[in-house]
Amino acid sequence: MSFDEIKSIITNQFGDIIISEDEKATPKAIEIAAESLFKTMTCLYEHDQLYFDMLSCITGLDNGPEAGSMEVIYNLYSIPFDHHLMVKVNLDRKEPQIDSVSSIWKTADWLEREVFDMYGIAFNNHPDLRRILLPNDWEGYPLRKDYKHQDLYHGITVAHEDSLKKEEKGEA
Amino acid sequence: MDSKIQYQYSPDNLIKSEPNKYDLDNLKSDELVINLGPQHPSTHGVLRLEVLTDNEIIKEVIPHLGYLHRCFEKHAESLPYNQIIPYVDRMDYVAAMNSEHAYAMGVERMLGIEDQIPKRVEYIRVLVAELNRLASHFVAIGTYAMDIGAFTPFFWMMRDREHIQRLLEWASGARMLYNYIWVGGLFYDLPVGFEDRCTEFINYLKPKLKELETVVTDNKIFIDRTANVGVLQLGLAINYGITGPMLRASGLKFDLRKVDGYSVYPELDFDIPIGEGKMGTVGDCWDRTYVRVLEVHESVKIIEQCLEKLKKVHKRDKEFDPQALVPKKIRPKAQDLYVRAENPKGELGFFFRADGKSDIPFRCKARSCCFVNLSVINELAKGGMIADLVAILGSIDIVLGEVDR
Repeated sequence: MSFDEIKSIITNQFGDIIISEDEKATPKAIEIAAESLFKTMTCLYEHDQLYFDMLSCITGLDNGPEAGSMEVIYNLYSIPFDHHLMVKVNLDRKEPQIDSVSSIWKTADWLEREVFDMYGIAFNNHPDLRRILLPNDWEGYPLRKDYKHQDLYHGITVAHEDSLKKEEKGEA
Repeated sequence: MDSKIQYQYSPDNLIKSEPNKYDLDNLKSDELVINLGPQHPSTHGVLRLEVLTDNEIIKEVIPHLGYLHRCFEKHAESLPYNQIIPYVDRMDYVAAMNSEHAYAMGVERMLGIEDQIPKRVEYIRVLVAELNRLASHFVAIGTYAMDIGAFTPFFWMMRDREHIQRLLEWASGARMLYNYIWVGGLFYDLPVGFEDRCTEFINYLKPKLKELETVVTDNKIFIDRTANVGVLQLGLAINYGITGPMLRASGLKFDLRKVDGYSVYPELDFDIPIGEGKMGTVGDCWDRTYVRVLEVHESVKIIEQCLEKLKKVHKRDKEFDPQALVPKKIRPKAQDLYVRAENPKGELGFFFRADGKSDIPFRCKARSCCFVNLSVINELAKGGMIADLVAILGSIDIVLGEVDR
């Protein structure tokens, strides 16, 4: 099914829900608002002509403090129909939160936990939102563009030896 | 010099950094929490499993990850595209060629030079990637057999894997972490005589594969330990995003080499083996191992065809420069791109965002197949015996380097 057909099914169902589209992206992408994410995703999964049964990837993305926004990007794939779709959601950087899709695709459980771990984006209705890769008492969200790591973790210097030496010389 | 020991001991450090989900004080009378790992040989690395049991039955498995987290994605945000390749190697370190292939393909697609890559380069890429797939499956089958008590297959597999690693070392200079497939080409052409040595190796390997079936998959003890254990239903597998041999063992003919037809795979003739439940139920641990065994045969087929092509059609040439298309500066146009490829363990995906202004990716996310495949372990182990947990974990075939990145 082509990108336009997918789009028209979504607009027939929900009206003007698509904020923008990105034809340059591979696979082609639509952008929707955070509030309409869950119902759109449910439709994408349940519709008999779309049937995106596989959620391949969830990517978090920080546009930096100047842009003031964060993004969550979903890559969907339908095994029986062999079509792809990228769904983007823009979030406010101050209090980023979005609905969890882990009740639709169970794989979202861990993928969302990873996004939470790295960006601090809260997923509403997530069954078990804990850090996954980093220790529980780590401070900050490392993949944010303005992230500064803590000095000590349990008494261990976090910065690499080389960068400390550079700092002493006043190079950094 | 002052003391290098920096760690400040405090009794609750471990509880604070990675707390258990279940509190020991609130367990019911028959329940027990068993901690497995992170330093345990059957976890294939540094994975910690918190297991809630009721007598001998598993009630829940909670994996605790991150002991091998090396900040791949953070590093990737400060390195040019070509310098990320060595980091990509270190994700799935038993199948580095396949990861490199996927990564290079993604960047080439962004640059729009994917179709211009010379056929010889593509055939060499597929050849080394399939050799590496063999090596990866050998590790998977060998260590899995050892997990459940058979010692000999491990040595046999490691012996044959060593031949592959020597071949790849000859080509690239490294045993495991190659940095051989570059964006736009290859580090070097194959060394002179590689094709003949590789053919020799394949001729040596083929009769050995029969032994593999005799000693592992047809072994009575092996069947008893794995058949009907950890059955993964197809619907659940897709919902959990499972890919690779695990998904195929559940009965779906789904292989990205066929579905997406990337590189020169459409020109090659090979089958996709799937699990049929020969010894038990479709999607059990035995099926997962058997699919890997059959895939080894398919990879051998692909390697033979590649060698044939490299010897007869896309011949070695003095003038041929595998680095001819390697861009001096990699600066893709501003775009988002998701690329995926079939790794020995499943679908490896990369999400790129290029801003069009620099040769450093704005964002490079790795969708790791081991990470996603591991997430299903609770569903597989729940309701089974503790003794089966190791059999289930081994059949998923994880590499912690890729789970944690």
